[in-house]
Order: sequence, then C-alpha cells, then structure tokens
Amino acid sequence: MKNAIISAEKLNLIFETADDDVVALKDVSLNIDKGEFVSFIGPSGCGKTTFLRAIASLEKPSSGNLSVNGLSPEEARKKRAYGYVFQAAGLYPWRNIYRNVSLPLEIMGYKKNEIPGIVEKVLKLVDLTGFEKKFPWQLSGGMQQRASIARALSFDADILLMDEPFGALDEIVRDHLNEQLLKLWKTTNKTICFVTHSIPEAVYLSTKIVVMSPRPGRIIDVIENTLPTDRPLEIRDSKEFISVSQRVREGLRSGHSYE
Amino acid sequence: MSENTFINYFKNSFLPILSIVITIFAIWYIFTVYLNSSKQIDAYERKKIDWEFSDLVRDTMSQKKPLLPAPHQIVSEMWKTIFMIKVTSKKSLIFHSYVTLSSTLLGFAIGTILGIILAVSIVENKAMDASLMPWIIASQTIPILAIAPMIIIILNAFGLSGLLPKALISTYLSFFPIAVGMVKGLRSPEISYLDLMHTYNSSRLNVFWKLRLPSSVPYLFASMKVAIAISLVGAIVGELPTGAVAGLGARLLTGSYFGLTIQIWSALVMAAILAGTLIFILNFISRITLKRMGVQE
Repeated sequence: MKNAIISAEKLNLIFETADDDVVALKDVSLNIDKGEFVSFIGPSGCGKTTFLRAIASLEKPSSGNLSVNGLSPEEARKKRAYGYVFQAAGLYPWRNIYRNVSLPLEIMGYKKNEIPGIVEKVLKLVDLTGFEKKFPWQLSGGMQQRASIARALSFDADILLMDEPFGALDEIVRDHLNEQLLKLWKTTNKTICFVTHSIPEAVYLSTKIVVMSPRPGRIIDVIENTLPTDRPLEIRDSKEFISVSQRVREGLRSGHSYE
Repeated sequence: MSENTFINYFKNSFLPILSIVITIFAIWYIFTVYLNSSKQIDAYERKKIDWEFSDLVRDTMSQKKPLLPAPHQIVSEMWKTIFMIKVTSKKSLIFHSYVTLSSTLLGFAIGTILGIILAVSIVENKAMDASLMPWIIASQTIPILAIAPMIIIILNAFGLSGLLPKALISTYLSFFPIAVGMVKGLRSPEISYLDLMHTYNSSRLNVFWKLRLPSSVPYLFASMKVAIAISLVGAIVGELPTGAVAGLGARLLTGSYFGLTIQIWSALVMAAILAGTLIFILNFISRITLKRMGVQE
C-alpha cells in the first residue's frame, strides 16, 4: 500500500429505490498504485461503473472508506485530481473540437495565453492535430472519443478514469485506439482506471485486472497482469495472453457471470 | 443554382404551393358568389331587373359591402390603401401596419426578456420553480379579450398611454411560450454533460453560461416563433379598446362599425403578411445562429 493513489476499504454502496434496495457495491476493498493501468471487467450490473463514479465523487458510498490521492473523493474532485472519459464521447455539439478541449481549462481558470499551447499539445497526443475547427458531428465515432480523451488530459490530472470509452466502437477502430491509449499511458505516466466489457481489451491494456460480479456488485478476483510492458497487438495470440484471459474468464464464471 | 436544381425546386416547392393557392382561390370565388347571391337577388327583385347567372356572378363580386369580398376586391383595396395614399395619411394601410408592428415588436422584446428572466429563475431556484409556474400557467387561462381593456384603463390611470399599454398586452401573451420553452431548454442538457461539469468542479455560473444557455438556444428560437405571432394578435387586440385610433385593430373595428367588409379583410390579410414576414425573419436569424453554433444541417 506504499504508493496507493486510490484506496477502497470495505466500500458499500446501496441505491435506494421505491420497491427494493439495490446493492451496487458490497465490501469492495482495493488498492491502486500510482502509474498503474487497472481494468474493471464484469457483466452489466456488477458495479464497475458505480465504483468508478464513486472514485469520481459522482456517487456517494453508503459506508466504508475511499480515498483518492489521500483525500476524500469529494476533496479530490474539488482539487481536480482526475479526468473522466464517459462512455459516450459527450462533446458539446455547439463547440468545435478546439473549444471542447479548452472547456475544462476555461472553467478551471487557466490564463488565456496558456490555453492554445495546451490544446495543441493534447490534440497532438491523441493524433487530432488539424481538426481544431471541426464540429463533433463532422468527426467519426473513434475521433470523437479521442477528442474526449484529449479533453480529459488537458488539465493534466494524475488520474484518468475511463468508463467503457470504446464500447460503442467497432473492433478495428477499437484495436487502434487501444494501441494508442497504451502509448499515451506510457508517455504520460498517468494512473488509469478503465471499465470494460471485453476480456481481450482488459488483458491487452492493464497491469491489473479487477474481475467483478453482480447481485451484489463485488470483486471476485484481482489479477496482476504478467505480460511484458511492450505490447504489440500480436501479443494477443501469445500463450501468456491466452492464459491470463482464461483466468479472467474463470473469475467471471465463478461469479456466475455467465448465468 | 444549376438548371437541374432549379427544375427540382420548381417541381418540389413551387408547383405544390401554386396548386394549393389556386385551389383556395377557386373555393373562395365559389363562396363569394354563393354567400353574396341572396342579397344580390333581393336587389334585383327590388329594382325589378331581369338577371341571368352571369350577371349574378359579376355583381356578387363587385358589391360595396359584401358578406365575403372576392380576392381581387381585397387586392385592389390593399393596392389603393398601400400604394395610392401617402403613408402619413390615416387612410394608409402602411401607417396602420406600422402602428401595430411597433407595439408588436416592443411587446415581443419585453416578453422575450421577461420570459427568459422567469425561466432562468425557475431553473436556478427551487422556490421559484414551485411558486411561479402555477401563476404563469394561470395567467394564460384568462381570455385576453377580457383583460385587455382593463390593462389599458389601469395603465391609463397611471398616466401611461399610447404605445406601451398596447405593447404590454403583447408581452402578456408572448412571455408565456418563451418562459415555458426556455425552462425546457435550460433543463435539456443530458446527465452526462452535467456530470462532466461536475467532474470539473464547475461553478453554477459556468454550468449556466457554458452548458445550459447554449443548450437552450434551439428551444428559444422555436418559442420565439410562436411568441412573435401571438404578439401580433396581442397588439391587434390591444388596439380594440383604445377607441380605435390607429393600427390594424382599429381598421378591423371601424370596418365592423360600418360594415366595410373589404376593409376588414384587407386588414386581416395585412396582419397575415406581417406575421409571415416576422416569422420568416426569425427563421432566418435562427438558421444563421444555429449554423454558427455548429448544428448539423
């Protein structure tokens, strides 16, 4: 726990609804170290998104401890400790790409003369240089999602929270973006929490894979990924990749995820 | 415009509109003859004139005070009162249109500002939300014809007369669609857009300026189109109890005093032209604004 940047201890989160209380998270304990790439995988309703939203202080835990950068999630949010990438790109349609990326900077009170340089830098990181003046609808789904990642990177938070960012994209675009994301993670040295439905995606990207299961939402298994840090796309055909995938699948099965 | 698009425009827009206009005019002429015929036949019998159907058709379309004037009678009356008379004259339709238009626009402007202020306070303040909305809706259940004279008289007692009281009746009607549309518009951002602002720890002011307000613009324009049309109605209604001094409402009122149906109809057509023009202009502004805001064509 020496470097734990995100730390959850016996975290419970219950949604109170009219007819029944839904236990979204039950006794979730987890430490995430600085610079890790952690994937959360599990079927719908396993609480992976809820956990991410709790870290982002978009949901309030019912009990247990959760700290982000040694602060409460709320304090961490107020210190703008993380960038959040939503499932839908969620670019504001009336702003062009440049102004979408500069949105958090405007809100956080960056100086007017600082903004253009930062926007240029992060757009370069996601390979969108030259698209500044385009409106979101003029871009493909994959490009929109890249712009949304640039927006989350712009204010240089240490943590990047990503909620199924590539879920709606086709597999070819997804492969490409996975490769780019991995490169981005290596160059920026950020801590990334990544929610996904896809086993290959989780195994390909992560240093740590958290397998979750529904009703109640809980952690089944935490797998340290033994793959080398240098990962070409072909690594997914290797024996090691397949054996890690198998372990993830077994975890899902033991949590009755396939029923 | 290439030749092809011109032909397409002709086929898809011009022809359908033309055929509907022709149909309306045909039906109108038939009704002119039908509705005016009994009065015309009475006249023939009083004067003991022999008549044929062709006489009836001709004469029903040239009565001085017909039940329903023929379109060409209205057009010629409008031609006379628009182009043949000095615009400063009290007989000029331009003069009366100007009077009505000025109170329409003033009332619309006040109504738009009032509607936006109400919508913002409703969206940003829970107490206002609970307390204001019922009153706003109740205000529109009162028939404007009943309340218009009272507004005029009460404002007169405060020494306000002329343009402003009439404009306030337009305001009374037009603030409503603006307020309702803006409330909907300001509340239209998706949850994820709001969540995003939350992750930035954005102030309410920033959420308003950078998210709620831009989201509401399409709603605002849609409401403005409704509001400007009923502003015109309000201005005309507001002219009725003022003793019918000037304006299209005054033309309607004097017309109905003296049974001048042609004058009434030309005032009505003028009002329709005004409303159409105002909405056309708004549409134009709306399209340009939304295009600049990157809305997909």
